Amino acid sequence: MSFKHKHLLSVAPLSADEIMLILETADSFKEVSGREIKKVPALRGKTVVNLFFEPSTRTRTSFELAAKRLSADVINFSPSNSSVVKGETLLDTARNIEAMQADIIVLRHPAAGAAETLARGVKSSVINAGDGWHEHPTQALLDLYTLREKKRNFNGLRVAIVGDVAHSRVARSNIHALTKVGAEVRVVGPRTMMPFGIERLGVRMYDNLDEGLRGVDVIMMLRLQLERQGRALYPTIREYSRLYGLTAERLKLAEAGALVMHPGPINRGVEIAPDVADSFSSVILDQVTNGVAVRMGILYLLSGANQ
Amino acid sequence: MTILIKGGQVVDPGRVNGPADVLIENGKVTAVGQKLKAPADATVVDAAGRGVMPGFIDLHVHFREPGFEYKETIQSGTAAAVAGGFTSVCCMPNTSPVNDNQSITEFILEKARAAGNANVFPVGAITKGSEGKELAEIGDLRRAGCVAISDDGLPVMNSLVMRRAMEYAIAFDVPVVDHCEDLHLSEGGCMNEGFVSTQLGLPGVPAAAEDVMVARNLALAELTGARLHLAHLSTAGSVRMVRDAKSRGIKVTAEACPHHFMLTEEAVCGYNTHAKINPPLRTWADVQAIKDGLRDGTIDVIATDHAPHATQEKQQEFAAAPNGIVGLETAWPLTLTLVEEGVLSLEAAVAKLTTEPARAFSLQKGTLAPGADADVAIADLRESWEVDPARFRSKSRNTPFAGWKVKGRIRTTIVGGRVVYETP
Repeated sequence: MSFKHKHLLSVAPLSADEIMLILETADSFKEVSGREIKKVPALRGKTVVNLFFEPSTRTRTSFELAAKRLSADVINFSPSNSSVVKGETLLDTARNIEAMQADIIVLRHPAAGAAETLARGVKSSVINAGDGWHEHPTQALLDLYTLREKKRNFNGLRVAIVGDVAHSRVARSNIHALTKVGAEVRVVGPRTMMPFGIERLGVRMYDNLDEGLRGVDVIMMLRLQLERQGRALYPTIREYSRLYGLTAERLKLAEAGALVMHPGPINRGVEIAPDVADSFSSVILDQVTNGVAVRMGILYLLSGANQ
Repeated sequence: MTILIKGGQVVDPGRVNGPADVLIENGKVTAVGQKLKAPADATVVDAAGRGVMPGFIDLHVHFREPGFEYKETIQSGTAAAVAGGFTSVCCMPNTSPVNDNQSITEFILEKARAAGNANVFPVGAITKGSEGKELAEIGDLRRAGCVAISDDGLPVMNSLVMRRAMEYAIAFDVPVVDHCEDLHLSEGGCMNEGFVSTQLGLPGVPAAAEDVMVARNLALAELTGARLHLAHLSTAGSVRMVRDAKSRGIKVTAEACPHHFMLTEEAVCGYNTHAKINPPLRTWADVQAIKDGLRDGTIDVIATDHAPHATQEKQQEFAAAPNGIVGLETAWPLTLTLVEEGVLSLEAAVAKLTTEPARAFSLQKGTLAPGADADVAIADLRESWEVDPARFRSKSRNTPFAGWKVKGRIRTTIVGGRVVYETP
């Protein structure tokens, strides 16, 4: 099977088979990351540009490492807010980068749809590294990769996604990805954090964390965006943490051996208790490790190097 | 100048609906009837197989001058108007500077005279700078030629200020026009809040943001007895409340835009900025409610909310792109779809573009009665054509209807007895 997409803009249009192809491709690259010399020549002579309009350490570094381990040339480009103020549009910025013969542009942008807008305007392949509240497809794919490593089978796997689903691109991408591969998805949080009609994406909604956690195999905690305080989404961090924070006590409500995931960066003591974050159940650092392999797989598939 | 429009189907709502000729002398309609004789000096316009209607009136356009002439000028805007069969347009005050005083109103009227296309009736601001705080000099605006007052685009959030504006406006018998939007509920939103916004990850504007302000405005109109006109209704809730208010005798009129009866929120999919509009495109149920409101007269008027924006502005990311659609040059065929669907009779559809808007703003326009100003739209009712924004007279091209095959085309537009537009 070959990968027929030119861009990776969202998980929504991918089939279960395509998702599995990405995970299988990542398998071979995970092995590379364990070698003494962590490099293969697959993307030699190709140029990958990381175009990040939002601050990001983890995702940008992960893409950079992935591209370098494939022997691509990598440029990191983080337009400051001032260049936006100067009036250059996203499309103009991207066309300038394209004029330098970029093969793949990895875009992180605060506006939903930015990657799609960009993909329409340039000839390079575009990878969405997070666009507003819309999607963060590589995060969902690395989450699936991690789950597959630990749980083997997605079918019937019960996953609770906890927190501010409305404003989370990670939640949207994971809901699409998990439901496509046969998992049973719950979303847990106050109604202020649930977007309109979320059940129509095939998930069940829970207002109460204890009920939402009962019997689940996987718990995905979302980062509480502290800057949203004062927007009437939750009264105080104290109350949010009491109602929706994951503690060791609550973890017992889940199935034995349940996994705890978090896309990072975590707020220790807010959405997740420190002992839970550091516990045996936590696969938070495996997610980071796998992120490089999964992104290598995606860069490889989009570069057409497999054809 | 004398013009005889011969052999057409005259649709002059409430007066004539059938084959008739129209005679125009010295800028006025002088006779409407069968087999009129052409005076010796008359230019004869053959209207066989076409509709002959009072020139259309648009209560809601944005002509961007002064301040944003790169989007539209009064010259280009009125050229677009007459190409769409509109002979009178009411331009909203959200220019830069805002039309909140006599001198801006006079500037607009002077530009309109120089352009020599459509009649322009300015709408003055409710508050100074449309800041929602202090009343603008509404008496002066009225005297200078404003036909209504509105803070369109920057709705008056303070209910006391709105109450005072309504009370004060009574002395000048001007309608108070509101763009109904609770700015707290809509904050940050850029499309309808619904399943589509959830899928796209875009911040939404709930229907309630419109509904609560419609409710407030109706309560204030009842309290004050002022004339209220509600701009671009987009929700089923608004239609329901206006219907109820009318049945209770509140002095309210309402308009709907073609995009709100033609399109749903689905048009935004793919982050199509040409479908970005305020109020946003809503759901199928809302579209049905708008059509029902048009059918039963709850919604009096079809207006375009013609809102030109430059190409580079609409090419931005969805959240950053400005709201608006150019509407003047597509309104006629889109209105005809309501006739085709059986929502409105042809006469009722024409009334929503002529007699009804004239009544809402007390304009001495919108009729072909002998003695009336000779503003006429002659249109084909069935000819099909493809919407090509490159051919628009408007300076801007922002329409979600590009490439649509539509039926019905404006052939000739006459303003004050002068032919100002003919289809090339």
